[in-house]
Amino acid sequence: MSALHFIVFLPLAAAAIAGLSNKMFGSTLPKLVTTGALFVACGLSWPIFIAYLSGAAHEQVVPVFTWITSGDMHVEWALRVDSLTAVMLVVVTSVSALVHLYSWSYMSEDPDQPRFFAYLSLFTFAMLMLVTADNLVQMFFGWEGVGLASYLLIGFWFRKPSANAAAIKAFVVNRVGDLGFMLGIFGTFLVFGTVSIPAILDAAPGMAGSTIGFLGMRLDTMTVLCLLLFVGAMGKSAQLGLHTWLPDAMEGPTPVSALIHAATMVTAGVFMVCRLSPMFETSQVAMNVITFVGAATCLFAATVGTTQTDIKRVIAYSTCSQLGYMFFAAGVGAYGAAMFHLFTHAFFKALLFLGAGSVIHAMHHEQDMRYYGGLRKHIPVTFWTMFAGTLAITGVGIPGLIHGIPAIGFAGFHSKDAIIEAAWAAGYPSAFWVGVGVALLTSFYSWRLVFLTFYGKPRWTQSEHIQHAIHDAHGHDAHGHDDHAHDGHGAHGHDAHHGEEADGTGGYHPHESPWPMLVPLLLLTIGAIAAGYLFHGYFIEAEEGAHFWQGIIAFDAHLMHAMHEVPTWVKLSASAAMVSGLAIAWLAYIRYPAFPAAFASSFSVLYRFLLNKWYFDELYNVLFVRPAFWIGRLLWKGGDEGTIDRFGPNGSAAAVKFGSALAVRLQSGYVYVYAFIMLIGLTAALTWAILL
Amino acid sequence: MIGITHYLVVSAILFTLGVLGIFMNRKNLIVILMAIELILLSVNLNLVAFSQALGDLVGQVFAMFVLTVAAGEAAIGLAILVIYFRGRGTIAVDDVNRMKG
Repeated sequence: MSALHFIVFLPLAAAAIAGLSNKMFGSTLPKLVTTGALFVACGLSWPIFIAYLSGAAHEQVVPVFTWITSGDMHVEWALRVDSLTAVMLVVVTSVSALVHLYSWSYMSEDPDQPRFFAYLSLFTFAMLMLVTADNLVQMFFGWEGVGLASYLLIGFWFRKPSANAAAIKAFVVNRVGDLGFMLGIFGTFLVFGTVSIPAILDAAPGMAGSTIGFLGMRLDTMTVLCLLLFVGAMGKSAQLGLHTWLPDAMEGPTPVSALIHAATMVTAGVFMVCRLSPMFETSQVAMNVITFVGAATCLFAATVGTTQTDIKRVIAYSTCSQLGYMFFAAGVGAYGAAMFHLFTHAFFKALLFLGAGSVIHAMHHEQDMRYYGGLRKHIPVTFWTMFAGTLAITGVGIPGLIHGIPAIGFAGFHSKDAIIEAAWAAGYPSAFWVGVGVALLTSFYSWRLVFLTFYGKPRWTQSEHIQHAIHDAHGHDAHGHDDHAHDGHGAHGHDAHHGEEADGTGGYHPHESPWPMLVPLLLLTIGAIAAGYLFHGYFIEAEEGAHFWQGIIAFDAHLMHAMHEVPTWVKLSASAAMVSGLAIAWLAYIRYPAFPAAFASSFSVLYRFLLNKWYFDELYNVLFVRPAFWIGRLLWKGGDEGTIDRFGPNGSAAAVKFGSALAVRLQSGYVYVYAFIMLIGLTAALTWAILL
Repeated sequence: MIGITHYLVVSAILFTLGVLGIFMNRKNLIVILMAIELILLSVNLNLVAFSQALGDLVGQVFAMFVLTVAAGEAAIGLAILVIYFRGRGTIAVDDVNRMKG
């Protein structure tokens, strides 16, 4: 038993205890067990990561047992740990542990807490299985496991129809990607005769240039395999085309959004591409596709993010956009930068989501930013942590222009600027310009979120949720609760209430969240501030990076070196874009608050296009959902009910019923009728005997 | 000269009357018992007629058996009828349908 066993299997054991003891021990024991297990796993993960940082550890495979042996196919169940896995281990266990802690308060009023914590731990187990996979089948197991946990958690509030719909959508859209992933695994086995990742990566360069028959065409083997695997990554990481489930996934509880749909699961696609990077390196076409899809997603999601009003959806589109950054970093060959952005993004995006959860908690489950405003003074800790998160995501920092003085800044500054510079250095100017443009949009929508939520005048009175909260509070006051009677609000009654309505608060007092929610925020803030500066050397610097990655990913030291040689204006462009985005957001939402509405009405076509997410949902509805329903209805009504049931079970049942109805009429109960029938029978028998 | 044909014709007419009496009768069960008696008598008539024509006494002996059985049948039938009347207060044929499934 090594530490790795504990890291991976403790969450599983905790999930089993919490899930199976449901309702038996109340909710405290399951919460303690799962949270404790995750903190232990987190505590065991960091030393592993630090060992890799210091260069003391080397890749290691811990066998667990043989899973499948069938003909030529051997699938070992083994836990693989190397620097790439170590990065994912700390990300997954840290964020998961903090989210568990956060959920103590956030979910405290929910009756199904054991189930929630069991799902969270189950998710963590599946994600750890995915990142420690030594072969593609085991990775697929984790891949599906996180998909299942995601489905269960999106639909956690299963009494809400919209949550169920979102859960199904997430599952179905992911199936499309998984089909690609499965075909990729099948194809890999067909070509290489093994599913073991190291063996595949060793053999991959040898297969470059060969062709394979696919869909009746002769295509380049590695291109086909890489693109199929990438389809899987697109589904899981919500890339353009298969992204539609991610914003809807916000129906789940906010801690879930932070853990699964921001920090960990959605980055599985990036992880997979990095894990198989030596394989992807063999196909330039696949790399170009990844770059293109990543850049397109990046741009698309950022544009949509600028118009959304639901605080969680803004962050969801932001996640989608940041994932696009990671993919185009991988596509241009800067896998180190992609993993670095994954790493820093996990901290600041989890921070932003948990902060949003804290805001939602304070605002009585109101999620629409149009009804926020002026919360800076009321929930200061949430404000400052989210402020730090925004500084991190927008990439605030001082570029290292003068030789000898290193660049220093928040987490996103180091990772995102590295991606943008790598795009330029690798010779993808178009990806570079998209990256810069999206940096501007990122800055704009992130600051828009902060300004709408924390600055300006309170606009709470229009919110139905707040209205309910106010009425509930008044109800309590009327019953004479002591703790409310002296706060001035209850004592002055309606006079004070009317006075407060004028300033838009409606007499509502948002409260700062309790400490189990604030501690994760504060810890993540440390990550959002320092993760970039502390770790950028290991992830992206040419020499240190090569030492850290140990050839696990296709780390291109030349490219990393070239990143530093890019022109000064390239280095400055991302920061300039960030400042412009901030300036536009400040002008539009603080200086001239009437401007956004005026802009929206004068460019209403563009505005509606963005507000409706480029009409992707509508397009898919027409292209796939409705035809699928139509075919389903046809087969259901016409095929199943109309043919099989009609002539099968229902038909024979009806025939028997009809026959018995006839027979029943014979059995009248009158003796003379029976006698008559006997007579007829006798006559018939006699006739037969005589005539034959 | 009255030959065997005449006996057989009378017997057939009695038999037909008896059979029709069983299932065309809608009045009461006693009539059915009487109709059964009629059928048995027609059979007896046949037996006796053939016995006489063929000179074989077995037919007449058999007729005596049939009379005995008919007497027993009538007694049991009337007994059931009495019990039935006590239970349901009617012996109308149309009301006797408790065997209906």
